[in-house]
Amino acid sequence: MTGTALLFLVLGLGLIGWISGRARAAAFVRSAKGGPRGTVNSLPYYHGWFVAICAIAPALAFMFVWQSISPSLVTNMVLSAPAAGDLPQDSFARAAILSEARAIAQGFQTTAFQEGSEKLVSLYKNALSYYKWTGVAATLSLLFAGGAFAFTRIKPEFRARSKVERVVMFGLLVASLIAILTTLGIFASLIFESWRFFSMVSPFEFLFGTDWNPKSTVTPGSYNGYGAIPLFWGTIFIGAIIAMIVAIPLGLMSAIFLTQYASSTVRKWMKPILEILAGVPTVVYGYFAALTVAPAIRDFAVMLGISNAASDNALAAGIVMGVMIIPLVSSMSDDSIAAVPNAMRDGSLAMGATKSETIKQVLLPAALPGVVGGVLLAVSRAIGETMIVVMAAGYTANLTANPLDTITTVTVQIVALLTGDQDFGSPHTLAAFALGLALFVTTFFLNYVALRVVKKYREAYE
Amino acid sequence: MSNAAIDPTPTDWNGAVMQKRIAGRYAAERRFKVMGFLSVALSTLFLAFLLFTMLGQGLRGFQRTEIAVEFDFPALTSGTTAASITGPNADAALNSMDIPGLVELAVSQQYDGLGEGLLTSSAAANVRQMLIENPDLVTAKQNLWLPADSRLDVAFKRAGEPAAEKTVAALSQKDVLRTAFNWTFLTGADATDPSSVGIWAAFKGSLMTMAITLLLAFPVGVLSALYLEEYATKNRLTDIIEVSINNLAAVPSIIFGLLGLAVFLTMFGMPRSSALVGGLTLALMTMPVIVIAGRNAVKSVPPSIREAALGIGASPVQVVFHHVLPLALPGILTGTIIGMARALGETAPLLMIGMRAFIPSAPEGFSDAATALPVQIYLWSDEVNQGFVEKTSAAIIVLLIFLLGMNALAIYLRNRFETRW
Repeated sequence: MTGTALLFLVLGLGLIGWISGRARAAAFVRSAKGGPRGTVNSLPYYHGWFVAICAIAPALAFMFVWQSISPSLVTNMVLSAPAAGDLPQDSFARAAILSEARAIAQGFQTTAFQEGSEKLVSLYKNALSYYKWTGVAATLSLLFAGGAFAFTRIKPEFRARSKVERVVMFGLLVASLIAILTTLGIFASLIFESWRFFSMVSPFEFLFGTDWNPKSTVTPGSYNGYGAIPLFWGTIFIGAIIAMIVAIPLGLMSAIFLTQYASSTVRKWMKPILEILAGVPTVVYGYFAALTVAPAIRDFAVMLGISNAASDNALAAGIVMGVMIIPLVSSMSDDSIAAVPNAMRDGSLAMGATKSETIKQVLLPAALPGVVGGVLLAVSRAIGETMIVVMAAGYTANLTANPLDTITTVTVQIVALLTGDQDFGSPHTLAAFALGLALFVTTFFLNYVALRVVKKYREAYE
Repeated sequence: MSNAAIDPTPTDWNGAVMQKRIAGRYAAERRFKVMGFLSVALSTLFLAFLLFTMLGQGLRGFQRTEIAVEFDFPALTSGTTAASITGPNADAALNSMDIPGLVELAVSQQYDGLGEGLLTSSAAANVRQMLIENPDLVTAKQNLWLPADSRLDVAFKRAGEPAAEKTVAALSQKDVLRTAFNWTFLTGADATDPSSVGIWAAFKGSLMTMAITLLLAFPVGVLSALYLEEYATKNRLTDIIEVSINNLAAVPSIIFGLLGLAVFLTMFGMPRSSALVGGLTLALMTMPVIVIAGRNAVKSVPPSIREAALGIGASPVQVVFHHVLPLALPGILTGTIIGMARALGETAPLLMIGMRAFIPSAPEGFSDAATALPVQIYLWSDEVNQGFVEKTSAAIIVLLIFLLGMNALAIYLRNRFETRW
């Protein structure tokens, strides 16, 4: 029996519990007919839910716990068998053999590559089925015990509704806590893996080194090519400089035109079209940048007499990324311009200023904090963007300000470091987590500041 | 002096100086407006250029070049009858026919001197499929249209390598080339030869990933939105939840991939590159989007509804689940669809959890190795073979159709069901 089948069985039995609980409560309601009102405390279906929850919840909780502890129980059982006695002492080789034997026993793999894993297969098969059936039996007995307990509690005066509602409230709280759990999970995994990385490579080298050429085996005390300065520079150059040079003027002017000048028909059609730009997947932008924009830029550069332009130049990635960001800048500017009180605009127009003078000298200065907040959010989006730079920018780390040169970014290197079949504990993999941590901290900071700025600004006019 | 300098005469607005100044200001006004118009036009033009480029390249990807090959089945197969390749033993009979050998023989007889590799590597499989569908073919001489090799395909559709161009010219003279709709592209899987690739495997992987994402992100997102808007008291825990959600909504997607790699793959040991892990990772990414959209939808339900329900004796839970949630549902669904569209186009986190492997067949279960449509696009875009260019663009067209469809559905739902209170 697979996990999915057991899950469906549990849910099916829960449904039966729901039906029977509801039927029993409905019988009370029928027998109470003609009697004084309110003898049955809760509606029948609340009784049904009470039975179903009492049956399913402990069973599911047990299944979850069992899922996480049974692998180690299985391994212990295999290791305690005499046939496992002559395994290599080296924990790494041992783990490889064990995991392979397990994969074969579960049918994920058919042939053994590691020496000694073949004879463990039958052991694994026995242990797996032993613990699987123990788990199934325990799950089902928990389910029946819970269901039976709940079923006996059903009485006319039983407060099933308040019990069920308490569970619902608990469920709501748990659902909200998942967001915290995710944030913690991101933070913990990034910190933990980065910690392992920095125990191999000095943080000083990582943060201030100017040469990125990561070696797969590191020697402590010497330079290992993990200087991330070129990556940080590349990320800033493409995401915060080139992309913003494209996105800020175009986004801001689009917002101004659509809110201040365009007729409502034009606005109705143009706004969704601009939003499509934000809805196009980044992999499509990346492909477009690599296939169409980058060669065009190189040809243009050659036409101007610049012969050393790279085919994967930073300019193409930056421009396309800027176009992707336009809707974000535009909608944030739109919001902040709309938040400026009308009295300010009317006052300026009444003094004889033209529309553009009003916009430039009254609306924009008043909306500036909101626009800045929007730009910060846009920068945070741009530096975290992956596919455009992976496909259009290069993999070579260059510390240069020439937009026609190949420049790599943090996200490109994360992808590059995690490509290929590497062991999870290798410095390459861990370096990706260190880069991820740097990215996470930066974007977190930018978002926090941006949201604070926008919030403060909104309050100023409310 | 400053006080005395006020000129009592009114400004002469009709004077040349003032007229010039006004004309200048109006010109600046017009310039500003034109700049605004140009920004919108430029953004739109870029979008149009992108879509036209993809269409121009991609539409060819839905077509393939076919070569007519004459099969003298009675002579080639020495008396195989239609009856022998039907029924339960058809597989063995077809295997014993050595179809790849037959194809090679037929091609070399007919197109001697035109070089090796006229047909794509899956041509034999095509012949086999034709025989299964219509066993009577085997009784006579047949002229079958088989897909050409990718080099010839490229050369026939547009400029290709010189050698391939020469072959195509020779074949065209004999009038044995034609262009047909490429069904393989919609039903097949990844392959090394661009003329036999298809997107079905990647598409199915995407669908399975999306199913997991929806199943997890939707309930969790809706429940947290309800909790935060309806029940949460203002305390530190609520503040932390809100900060987490706002922050998660802006975390770069690649970070979610790193989380999936570290937690789901390494810590929990879930199957690498599976739709299950992909769905889990994308669910964590989509959940905050749904929460934020859901909160806005719940917030817009007027308090009078809640008060009326409370007034006739509903419990707080009944108020929310019987009244507020149904009224907020269109808004929540709109947000969910937009979040799902974003997840469908997402590539980077899936690369992190290893969904970049070569997957030559569609995944059967949620723990099978799978790939997703955007990842497939990325993988094809990396191929050197020229034949992949049009396949990549064609896959992009399919992806864009789905994304635009989802967004259009969201807009429709918003316009159709949104209530202004």
